Parts: sequence; C-alpha cells; structure tokens
Amino acid sequence: MAVAPWRRALRMQRVALTLLGLATLCVVIPVVVVIGDIILRGAGALSWAFVSTMPSHGMRAGGIFPAIVGTLELVGLTTLFALPMGVLAAIYLSEYAAERWLTRLVRLAIVNLAGVPSVVYGLFGLGLFVMFCRFGTSLLSGALTLAIMILPVIITASEEALRSVPNSFREVSLSLGASRWQTIRHAVLPCAIPGIMTGTILGVSRAAGETAPILFTVAAFSLPKLPESLFDQAMVLPYHLYVISTQIPNIPATQRYGTALVLLLLVLSMNGLAVIIRTRFRRKRQW
Amino acid sequence: MARLRWRERIIEGVIYACGVSSIGIVMLIFLFLVKEGLALFQTVPIGDFLLGDRWYPISEPPRFGILPLLLGSLWVTVGAVALSVPVGIASALFISEIATGWMREALKTGTELLAVIPSVVLGFIGVTMVAPYIQRTFHLSTGLTALTGAFVLALMAMPTIVSITEDALAAVPRGYREAALALGATRWQMMWRVLLPAARSGILAATMLGIGRVIGETMAVMMVTGNAAVIPQTLLRPVRTMTATIAAEMGETVRGSEHYFALFAIGVVLFALSFVINMLADLFLHRERA
Repeated sequence: MAVAPWRRALRMQRVALTLLGLATLCVVIPVVVVIGDIILRGAGALSWAFVSTMPSHGMRAGGIFPAIVGTLELVGLTTLFALPMGVLAAIYLSEYAAERWLTRLVRLAIVNLAGVPSVVYGLFGLGLFVMFCRFGTSLLSGALTLAIMILPVIITASEEALRSVPNSFREVSLSLGASRWQTIRHAVLPCAIPGIMTGTILGVSRAAGETAPILFTVAAFSLPKLPESLFDQAMVLPYHLYVISTQIPNIPATQRYGTALVLLLLVLSMNGLAVIIRTRFRRKRQW
Repeated sequence: MARLRWRERIIEGVIYACGVSSIGIVMLIFLFLVKEGLALFQTVPIGDFLLGDRWYPISEPPRFGILPLLLGSLWVTVGAVALSVPVGIASALFISEIATGWMREALKTGTELLAVIPSVVLGFIGVTMVAPYIQRTFHLSTGLTALTGAFVLALMAMPTIVSITEDALAAVPRGYREAALALGATRWQMMWRVLLPAARSGILAATMLGIGRVIGETMAVMMVTGNAAVIPQTLLRPVRTMTATIAAEMGETVRGSEHYFALFAIGVVLFALSFVINMLADLFLHRERA
C-alpha cells in the first residue's frame, strides 16, 4: 500500500525543519566560536601594562596604549561632528519635511550613503579632507570621514525616536502658544533623547571598528608619541590589528589576540550600553 | 519677540540645511571620485581600463586593466552569496516561525552580534582559523583563496540577510498562515508555498543588500584572499578584489599619479555598483509595502 500523502508531508516537514535548524546553527556557532576564541586566547595577554604602555621592539612586545588613545580620540571627534548634524537632519525629516519630491530625494540619498562601501568613504575623505581641504593625514580628516559614514545610522535612529513621540505632546505645546522650534526643543526632543543616544552609540561603535575609511585619512603604522593636535596622525586599534596580523612577521600570537580582544571588548561594551539604555527607557516610558 | 523670531529663523535654516545635506554629501562623494577618477582616462583609454586583463600598476609601462579585480570581486561575491543567501533565509525562517521564547531571543542576539564584530577582527580570525583549515582540507600551498574570502564574507552578509528576511516574513499577514494551516497544509508546506512567495520582494531586497555588503567589504577580504591580481581559474586560488586593491595600494601611490587616479576610477566603479544595488533593494522594499 502506498504511504498516505499526509504521512509523506509530515516526513518532509521533519526533514525540512531539521535543515532550517541546522542552517541557524551555521549562523550562530561561528559567532560563538569567533568571540570565544578571541576571549580565551586574548585574556592571557590582557594586563594593565598591555593597555597602558607604548609598543616596543617593532610592536612585537609592549602595550597598545597609543592605539587605544587614538581610537578614543577619533571616536570622540566623530561623535562631535556626526551627532549634531544627524539629529538636526532627523528633526528636519520628522518635524518639518512634507512628503514631497525633495524629501524623497533626501531619503534616497540616505539609503545610498548607508550602502557606499567603506573604502570608498576612505577615498572620498582622502580627496576632500586630506587633499582638497589640506587637513593632511590627521585626526580631523579621519573623524570627518567617519562622521559622514555613520551619518545615515544616526539620522535613521533619531528620526525613528522623534517619530515615536506622541503627537499630543506637540499639540499641547503648540496650543499653549509655544512656537514650532520651542515645541521641538522642549516637548519633543527630551523624550527622544534615549532613542537618539542608542542610535548614536551604535553608529559610533561601528566607526570604532572600521579600518578602511581611516587607512588613508588618519591611521599611522607606528608613532613614537601620542597625537597632540587635530592635525596629527594617530595609531588606532583596528588598523593596528591589521598591521600586526598581516604586515609584520613573527609577532607573538598573544599580541594579536590581545589587541583583537581589546577592540572586541570596546565595540561589544558600546553595544551593550546601547541595549541597556534602550531597555531601561522602554521600561520607564509613560506613554 | 522680534529677536526670538530671528533666532528661530536661523535655527530652522540650520535644520533645513542639515536635512538636505545628505543629498549634497552623495553628490560631493560622486564629484570627488569622478574628478580624480576621470583624470586617468586622459592617458588610458576607458576600454583598456574596464576590459584590460592585466593590472600591473607599477611596471613600466603600467597596465591598468581592472578585469582581474572585477572578476576577483565577482568570484568572492558569488561564493559568499551562494553560501549566505540559502542559509540566511533558512535561519530567518527558523528564528521567526519555529523558535520561541528564550531560544528565539538567543538566536536573534547571536545574529546581531555577528554584525557588531569589526571586519578586521573577522579577517584576523579568517587568517588564523579559516585559512589553515582550507589549506589542509584541499592540500593547497596557501589557504588564502577566493573560497576563504567567500566563507568570511558569507558570515558578514548574514546579519543583513537574516534581519531583513525576518522583517519581510513578519510583514506577511497572519491570515495567510491561518488559511494555509486550516486547509490542512503542514507548517513546512505553509512556509514553502505561502510564506516565502508572499515575502518574495523583501527576500530579494535582503539578497541585494547582502550582495552590497559583500562587494563593499574591504579589510576582511584583503586579509584572507591572498591578493593576487590575476584572473582566477578556480575558487581555490588567491584573488584580489576591487576594494582590497584600493586599500592595499593607495598608501604607496604618488598623489596625482596615474596609479592614484586609477584607484579612484575603481572607486567610481564601486560607487556605481553600490548605487545600483541599493536602488534595486529600495525598489523591492517599496514594492512590498505598496
């Protein structure tokens, strides 16, 4: 007797669902392996001396202090440039712009900016900031390049945060005689700040881990001292990891894994912070 | 009062300027790439650039044919997409339709974490773990091959593909699922015959954005593909992508030299490719909403 069709369908389902589960494991297991491997092998290298001293012996020994400082400075500057511009652009999109061709064009531009390859941002930064504006290979050029790269992330997150503020807030403020800008400034923006912060931190953490845009705009192979002004080059963590894992032979594995771990911890902690802000805010929200 | 009005005018002017600045930035990027890139074509015919099969930028005379680089990008991209699209769609199905509770949250967090890991860290892992494995498995002289790149890039494209596919599946009305199940379909039949076709354009958008992510990826690919600028015969040979070429060679060029312009010209090609891919993805996303 032939197998009943429903039985075949059930058997088929069992096979298919198993395959789906296996596929999911193919995505998740590498994440665990990558992070676990770096933590396990990097933890041995991690020490106060490793994060607080200069590299020595052609970066084969010593610490990664200048790369950490450089990354923090670069990330701070990037935030300084990207945050105000991104938030103002988001205010325009959520509070002022009517849905017409210009707004559609703006949205299309943002979608495109989000998709431009990171190395192309590097070329752009080289052409505009390093060469045309004559800022040279410097913290300033690198931060401006990264700021433009993360602008779409900040705009999109901030706009969403602003739009999630109920319209009644605006109506009450306007009905009390406040102007449009006063309403945005005092009634809308304060409620959107956690969302804006979350988006900004996520964008900035991406900037902290990127290498391609800073290759020709700020990154230095090795520097004897810390950058002293906006117009100095800097060592940065991702580029340092690239250099010691591919450009210099015979580097002890602990140096590489230690650097990878510091970079990973930096990026993961920023993302963790963003998640904490988001969940606390959701719990506290009153509307 | 009048002063207040003025202040507000100025602030709103600034807001307006920032709002439309994205258009300006896209145009600036295009302008600077094209300005530097077009300079190449004063000395090198555009046909030799696009179709030349030799990339010898520092030999005498130099050759600037980007065909090996284009094919290098293509091979790595095709490999990565072939790996990541089926697996990505399958895991999106699993996460959104089968997994529940803490398992679902854990899987979601896992995929999101993948997007957080910097590309240089994944490249590092590619060099230390994936490349030796591939070298041993296929008995090669080097593990830095197109296939290695495809593996690492497949991983990098995964978060994009999974999360956008999940969104597309979530947008399929509940009624579709219920109707299929009520007619006696198994859950798998419902997913295969109803859900996937209904979420088709979202899945296409996810694929396009995944491709965009793979083509534009630079650091990881530069570290693991071996960087040989020759037309690849198989996936088990070293290749060099367009992005890796720019990243690896720009540091050594003389500003304003032919080589410098040639790298910008590659940038134009990349920019144009990503523009087309993003437009297509956007089109698919909007078609779904309509």
